[in-house]
Amino acid sequence: MNNLTRHPQLVQFAVLLAVFFLLCFAIGPSENNILWRLPAFLAAVPEMLSNSVEYMMFEWMPVQIYNVEIEDYEESALLMEATRSLSRSVLFCIEFIREILVGGQKTIVAFTSWDFVSENEWAFWPALPWTVVAGVGVTLGYALSGRWLAILVGIATTYIAVFGQWEPAMETLSFVLIAAPASVLLGVFLGVLAYKSRTTEAVLMPLLNVAQTMPHFSYLVPVTVFFGVGDHAGAIATVIFATPPMIRLTLLGLKGVSPEVLEAGLMNGCNKVQLMLKVLIPTARHDILVGVNQVIMQCLAMAVIASFIGAKGLGFNLLLALNQLRIGQALELGICIVLIAVVLDKLSLGWANKQIDYFADLSFVERHKYSLIMAAILVVGVVLASLGSLIFKDGINYFYLIPHNKGLTTELFWQSGVDWMVDNWYASLQAFNTGLIVNVLVPMKNAYLGMPVLATFVLVMGIGYIVGGLRSALVVGGLLLFIASTEWWDRALITAYMATFGVVVSVVIGTIAGSLCAQNKFATKGILLVCDTFQTFPSFIYLIPVIMLFGVTDTSVLIAVIIYATIPATRYTVEGLSNVPQSLQDAGSMSGVNRMQRWLQIELPMAFPHIVLGINQTVVFALFMVIIGAMIGTDDLGQLILKSLSDKHGIGNGLMLGLCVAFIGLTVDHLIVRWSSDRKKALGLL
Amino acid sequence: MTTETSSSTSNDTSTDNDTHPVIKCDSVYKIFGEQTEGLMRKSNGNVDVEEFRDAGCIFGVNNASFEVHKGEMLIVMGLSGSGKSTLLRCISRLTDTTAGSIFIDGEDLLAMNSKELIQLRRNKMGMVFQSFALLPHKTVLENIAFPLQVKGTSTQDSMKRAMDMVELVDLTGRENYFPRELSGGQQQRVGIARSLAVEPDIWFLDEPFSALDPLIRKEMQDEFLRLQEMLNKTILFVTHDFDEALRLADRIAIMKDGIIEQIDTPANIVLHPATDYVAKFTNEVPREKVLTCKNVMEEIGSDSDLSELKVPHDAVIEAVAEAVLNDPKPVAVIDDNNNTIGILHRKSIIHILFGKDEEETVSTSQVTGA
Repeated sequence: MNNLTRHPQLVQFAVLLAVFFLLCFAIGPSENNILWRLPAFLAAVPEMLSNSVEYMMFEWMPVQIYNVEIEDYEESALLMEATRSLSRSVLFCIEFIREILVGGQKTIVAFTSWDFVSENEWAFWPALPWTVVAGVGVTLGYALSGRWLAILVGIATTYIAVFGQWEPAMETLSFVLIAAPASVLLGVFLGVLAYKSRTTEAVLMPLLNVAQTMPHFSYLVPVTVFFGVGDHAGAIATVIFATPPMIRLTLLGLKGVSPEVLEAGLMNGCNKVQLMLKVLIPTARHDILVGVNQVIMQCLAMAVIASFIGAKGLGFNLLLALNQLRIGQALELGICIVLIAVVLDKLSLGWANKQIDYFADLSFVERHKYSLIMAAILVVGVVLASLGSLIFKDGINYFYLIPHNKGLTTELFWQSGVDWMVDNWYASLQAFNTGLIVNVLVPMKNAYLGMPVLATFVLVMGIGYIVGGLRSALVVGGLLLFIASTEWWDRALITAYMATFGVVVSVVIGTIAGSLCAQNKFATKGILLVCDTFQTFPSFIYLIPVIMLFGVTDTSVLIAVIIYATIPATRYTVEGLSNVPQSLQDAGSMSGVNRMQRWLQIELPMAFPHIVLGINQTVVFALFMVIIGAMIGTDDLGQLILKSLSDKHGIGNGLMLGLCVAFIGLTVDHLIVRWSSDRKKALGLL
Repeated sequence: MTTETSSSTSNDTSTDNDTHPVIKCDSVYKIFGEQTEGLMRKSNGNVDVEEFRDAGCIFGVNNASFEVHKGEMLIVMGLSGSGKSTLLRCISRLTDTTAGSIFIDGEDLLAMNSKELIQLRRNKMGMVFQSFALLPHKTVLENIAFPLQVKGTSTQDSMKRAMDMVELVDLTGRENYFPRELSGGQQQRVGIARSLAVEPDIWFLDEPFSALDPLIRKEMQDEFLRLQEMLNKTILFVTHDFDEALRLADRIAIMKDGIIEQIDTPANIVLHPATDYVAKFTNEVPREKVLTCKNVMEEIGSDSDLSELKVPHDAVIEAVAEAVLNDPKPVAVIDDNNNTIGILHRKSIIHILFGKDEEETVSTSQVTGA
């Protein structure tokens, strides 16, 4: 009894659970019972959304536009023209960079016409030999940050070339080189606006929350409606997805600048622009660079998803490999993507940390050392490439470009590995698969679907009330009400069931793995590296081996979910544990704790709020992967989103479904963040 | 509250500048609180302290009036929360002043638009901060050159000037270090160099040495005095350390709860604390380190049997005590032109060194005001 009064929250939880189960048993399934399922108040909204978007796009504010081809004015909607010209300029930039790297005609066409190009055979921009791009990359790496970065760039470019992925890799690069800087600039710009004006911040924050929890797929539909299909659409979708974390981190960094530094800037006579560009942003550099890193990772994560709406490159090839279940090929492509991400990240970091020597008295050659080296590499590379055309007789110039299927490949190795596993383990894998489905997944799914809507509301809002008072209860209640009022409540429950299962298993694995690794410095570093790599890996890759082993079932999706969602759980556990104050560790040592006691009584309680934030991320990752799981075939929200992608009028459905997924995420997010920040405050960690 | 603007002691720096103070504050108020603006509008610019207090407003600075003259160092001393930093930020216009007026070189600071303010800061003001406030992404050299670059000075000129400043603060060889690679004392040297790079007339220092270890603090104070001797700036210096104030100041303003309790020379503050609050600080002060011969000398009486020894009027007692005590005869105090202006008895020295009874000390050692 004493214990209970000391922990009033426990009592509240017990009562809440009792009420929940009571409601579950009391309310039977029936079509007409409003307590069982809410009627779909919002069923008409997707249609309305689609119609209004189409109206805006095709009919709203008609303007006269001169069409060069028919040499006459024609009527077109304003918004359509606006998005068209945006598409055109983005596409031009991408094509321009792409043709410098791999050659082509489109840039020339942009300035002349197709007729001109077909009449003049010389009008073709030749590709740079891969040796030149690699050499320039290595020089750049050396110039920006020294020997190690140069080696990394060398390994990455050579790998890509030797494995015959040069062309798609350069296509991906050209699209990232547009999308990433655009996201960074836009993110910093909006972050600065939010910093300057509280109103902007108040408006932006909830939007960012939704944007970051919406599944990537649901962005694609509106983007295709507004911008059509192609590389530019992929780039725009990527920018939309990669900008929110940049905004957030910019704002965080700017808010963290110490007031004295700000005052020092003012007292040194900075005007507003100087204060922002020379004092605030550089001082907030650390967070902003984390943002840049996030942007680059997001851009490459989107490489695959963007290929759904026509972006060319590694992502597209990966998707093909996936469809053909070619694991080796997909793995090689995945590694290419990771390598590009890491190289770009390190190069941008090196560029930001570059130091200038003001008093070095340099000659012309010394000052332009790197430009001269790059010019030399260009000459050597071109000469080598023309020599190559003489040496290699089979029509393939390995010094110029190693074509797609002529490079090295490890495909056979992986394929035989998977074959071996299937041959030897088939029976036990199947037994595990059926066992899991029959004994765990199906009952769990039925339990979720058997919840009356009233009971769900009581449970979630009750937790909200216990964690954060009336306001939290109303917030999560509102989010839930939205989902319940659409016609997809059952589907949302299935999504929730898969996410829950994934999250629970991931958290268990992640916390244990994280705790074990945090005991040792090297293991800590190692596990963080593994987390980084796995996170940059295109998430689709995880689907291949599991499909091969478990077929097209919920098990496959869930295993992929678990692999992906374990990353944040592990990372946050490691971070939380290694941030336990040293003085506290010492106090523990002096009290004579053993390892287990240290872990249970000092480290875990102190790290717990941070670990809980990791669980929050785990939920987001799990939801994301559950939606991608629709590619395999599930019957949840994700499958509908995928359907709406191929539907011409799917924009309304796509957006609403995206919001449903986002709101599931936000509900959990709200509860967890609220609890965690209260707890951190109580522990004095904030 | 005492707000004597021209101090009672003859001030060697105030010969020609009584007419033209560099900084002049007139009934400056800084009031915090949500209702401040509304009340201010209602009261038409007049501050009724009670009314504001009742509305839940807090006074950061409460009716501060004083002047600082060219080449003078005014130290604002107070414990945390006394409003000393707020006062400094009002005068540098880093925060908005609620009421009152501030003149810099006769120009109304509060009436300046942002362009004029930027010009003023670029050319006339320098400021040193407690936590150094260096830009973490710039090297020592770049930090020092920063105010020049902001002004639009060419890279070559600003780097050259910055290099001179590096030498001035004795950091040669470390100009390419980043702030994080320097010790606290070195970082503050950079802060000082940066604040002096534009050759400002007015130098603000906000607890510049508070974040440093005692030994380094002493070293930096010496360094500071050396610089001031060379540069002779008009200085507004904020500190919570009374010893530091005594050691450095021409005049000290002691603040409590936003009010300037007393503003005077160190010697006068030690000898005549205006309030009990000020007295609390002065009780523990070693007087021989503060008082000069001039403060304690007596008028030249009839007895002309003086010692051979002569002491300068501005020497602190500590420096001459041993010599005077060893001399059986009274010692002459001379001014800069070698004229005898008073005499010093052994009795007076003993009183200062050992006398517990302050009243007696003061009465016997006739403190002179010019």
